[in-house]
Order: sequence, then C-alpha cells, then structure tokens
Amino acid sequence: MSAAFVRFDDVSLAYDGSGNAIEDINLDIHEGEFVAFVGPSGCGKSTFMKLCTGLHAPTQGSVRVDDAPVTGPLKISGMAFQNANLLPWRTTLDNVLLPLEIVEPYRRQFRQRREEFVGWARDLLATVGLAEHEDKYPWQLSGGMQQRASICRALIHRPRLLMLDEPFGALDAFTREELWCVLRDLWEAQRFTVVLVTHDLREAAFLADTVYVMSRRPGRVIERRTIELPRPRALETTYEKPFIDLVQELRAQIGEVRST
Amino acid sequence: MTHNSKLIERLAPWIAVAVLVVVWEASVRLFNVPSFIFPSALDTLQALVTYSGPIAMHSWQTFWTTLIGFGLGVVVGLVLGFIVGSSRFLYNACYPLLVGFNAIPKVAFVPILVVWFGIGSVPAILTAFLICFFPIVVNVATGLATLEPEMEDVLRVLGARRIDVLLKVGLPRSLPYFFASLKIAITLAFVGTVVSETVASNQGIGYLMMSAGSQMRMGLVFAGLLVISAMAMVMYELFALLEKRMTGWAHRGQNR
Repeated sequence: MSAAFVRFDDVSLAYDGSGNAIEDINLDIHEGEFVAFVGPSGCGKSTFMKLCTGLHAPTQGSVRVDDAPVTGPLKISGMAFQNANLLPWRTTLDNVLLPLEIVEPYRRQFRQRREEFVGWARDLLATVGLAEHEDKYPWQLSGGMQQRASICRALIHRPRLLMLDEPFGALDAFTREELWCVLRDLWEAQRFTVVLVTHDLREAAFLADTVYVMSRRPGRVIERRTIELPRPRALETTYEKPFIDLVQELRAQIGEVRST
Repeated sequence: MTHNSKLIERLAPWIAVAVLVVVWEASVRLFNVPSFIFPSALDTLQALVTYSGPIAMHSWQTFWTTLIGFGLGVVVGLVLGFIVGSSRFLYNACYPLLVGFNAIPKVAFVPILVVWFGIGSVPAILTAFLICFFPIVVNVATGLATLEPEMEDVLRVLGARRIDVLLKVGLPRSLPYFFASLKIAITLAFVGTVVSETVASNQGIGYLMMSAGSQMRMGLVFAGLLVISAMAMVMYELFALLEKRMTGWAHRGQNR
C-alpha cells in the first residue's frame, strides 16, 4: 500500500487552558480514501478538520499531508459546511468560480482563462444536476440545491483533499440520500481523498471506506472500522441486513461512549 | 379591485399630507391663533411665494453645504468603517471611542468651529460632516465584523489573505448596511448644517429662519421649515432608490 497521504502522529490540540479538544490522535489516511468521522456532538470532529487543513496548528504531535508537515492553510483542500454559505450577490456559477479567483495558480490566470474556468464550473454543476440553475441566485435555490452548489465550490479548484463538515445535516431525509449519491458519484469519478465529519451513522457507513468513532471531549479515536461493502454501492444497500447490522454495531459503540 | 387598492396605496402619503394641511389650517382658524405665533398653512404658503427669491438662494446655500459635508462624511465613514471593521482588535478598541464621540451633541462643536474657521460655510459643512459620518462608520464596520467564520475558513484554506476575504466577501456583504446608513446620514447632515447656520452664518435656511423669527415673521420661518423638510425628503428617497438599485439581492422577495 502507498504511503499515507494524511498522517497524524500523537496529535493533541487545546484551544485554551480548559483542556484538550482532541487528544492522542494517530491515524493514516491514504490518497483516494473516503473516511468518515462520527461521534457525539462536541467531540472535536470539526477541530480535526481544522488541523487537517492547516487552519489550526496542533499543540502537540505533528500533522503531515502529502509527506510534508502542515504549517499553514493547505491549498490542495476544499471545504463545505452544514450551511452552504453561498454569497447572495453572486449567481450560482460565480459562487462556484470564487475559489479560482483566490487560489494560485488560477488566481493569476483568471482573466485570461475565464472562459475555460466557466466551462469547468458548468461541467461540475451539470454533474450535480444544477445545469438549469447556473444563473440563479442562491436564495432562488432550495436548500439541497444550495448544498450541491457548495460542494461544487469546494471541488472547482480540483483539490486532492475534500473536507466536509456535516454537509447534509440540515437537509430533509430524501434530499440527503439524493446528495449521498451525488457525492458517491463524484468521488467514484475523481477519487479525491474525502474526510467527512457527520453524526449520521448510515451516511458514514454508506459513503466511507473507513469510519472512525470518536469519544467525548477530549476527543480520541476509539474505533477504526473498515467498511467492506462492495463498491459501487447502491442506495438500496442501506436497507439490507448486512448494512443495518453494521450501523447497529456502530450505534452500540457510540452509545457506550455516551454513557461513560 | 386590486388596481384600485394599489392606486389608493400610492396616493396614501399624499392624502396624509392633505389631511395634515387641512387640520393645520382649520385649527389655526378655529382657535384664532395670531399669525406671529403660529401661522396658518395659507400664510406659510403665501410667505413661500412672496419670498421665493431669498428662500431659493438660502436653500441653495444650505443644500450644497450639506452635500459637501455629507460627501466628506461618506468618504471618511467608509474608510474609517473599513479600517475599524477589518480587525477585531481595532473594532474593540475604537468602538467605545466612537460611541463616546457620537454622544456629544454636535451643536457643542459649533462655537469651536467658529473660533477655528470663522463665521460662514465652513462650520456648517463641518457640522454636517461630524453629525453624519458616525452611522456610516458603524454600519460599514459592523457589516465587516459580522462575517461568518465558516465563510472565512472556506477562503482561508485556499490561501486567501485577510484583504482578499474583506474585498471578496466583507465589503459586498456590508454594502446593504452602507446604503441603509446613507439614508440616515443625509437627513442628519441637514440637521447639522441648519443647526450651524442658525448660530454661525449669515447665509442658509437656518440663518433665514433665525432672522425671520427675530422679526416675528413666522410665516417665513415656517416656509423655511417646509423647504428643509422637502429637501431632506427628496434626498432620502434618492438614496433609498440607490440602495434598492445597488443591493437588490438583499431585498429579495419584496418585488419578485
């Protein structure tokens, strides 16, 4: 197996004197792997994301990405959050183009290669089913559509690492399952590395190769679980017995964490 | 039916004005108030026509001093608001200072300004400026300072510098606040000019009202009031229109 793409060595982070937010994290994520982090709320899942992308430095241990220590924001990553956070004065297309106006080397080339970039954005929007809505403003889109656009924005600069912080948390159940499939298809096609933070166990089990279960604050990884379900996975899988058993086992573990 | 109710809705402000004028005229006549105490609507109108020449001249003086003061206020307000709003430290440091400054009645500055610049347009311009820049600063700074942290993370991870975040997200985001504050600022600017003119000028509507008042020509005083109010209203509407034009995305759902 190839060397780890993301490597955490004994990583702890304390924001202030009140103790560690996360503690003793040791893990390897391989390039192209889809990992999910689940755990009770306040277990430092979001902190983990900030460490991974270099928005925060660990107070102990080291984070390495692509065989180099992380010292500042990692431009090879894209992020999406529970709130789509689209800019209301920009059309969907312009919102998706925003990262290209900021990240190098695209930033310098933005004027000359604008046509080409718009093409990328259109293609990406088309693959998530937003072809008709490119010129609409975010407030004219439904919540699910906004979240699709937000994921497109996270992917437009072709990041090698996609960080998702409960991206489907605010959506209704049907839209959520629809977007699972959108994300699955994007990942199957491009095979970027994904770190998905979620509290939805079905979501984690359906999408990820590896699920990490975290304890309560201070957050530690208490279980690493490889999901052996064959790919590509169909949504129907989630209603079959092996999948349900798997989710129930994970749930039991979280239950233990909560009760201790 | 809907057409009719729309028409009524449009006419409503004018009807309100007409009712006010009628009540004014009627009550002055009914209680037989002498016109050197409280002139009737008709007396005021008469003064407005008779003295239209001097009123126009003084209004023009008031108008341009106000606009210059307002213009200064916008420039200084924007720059200061951008600086204060761009960092949490500066925001915390400067905000109490600004509030304290705003609490001083601006009339209190007029004597100082007169000592520094003499009688005339300069104190009026500066008073207008002093009174109107505050809401602009506060609105722009607040718009910038209340940026969503997630949005900032999305951009920072791409290697955006602070200035990128401010220009791409902060500034457009604070524009609705800015334009809303312009409406308030322009009316305040008129207050500043007129206040200064009443004590430290020999031109402008404020001066006109002061001198007419001392001669008990109350019709002219009230005519002055009307003119100020009309000018401020027109400017307010102008900026309201500008606001709608520039930041339509923030007023979604109203005219869709």
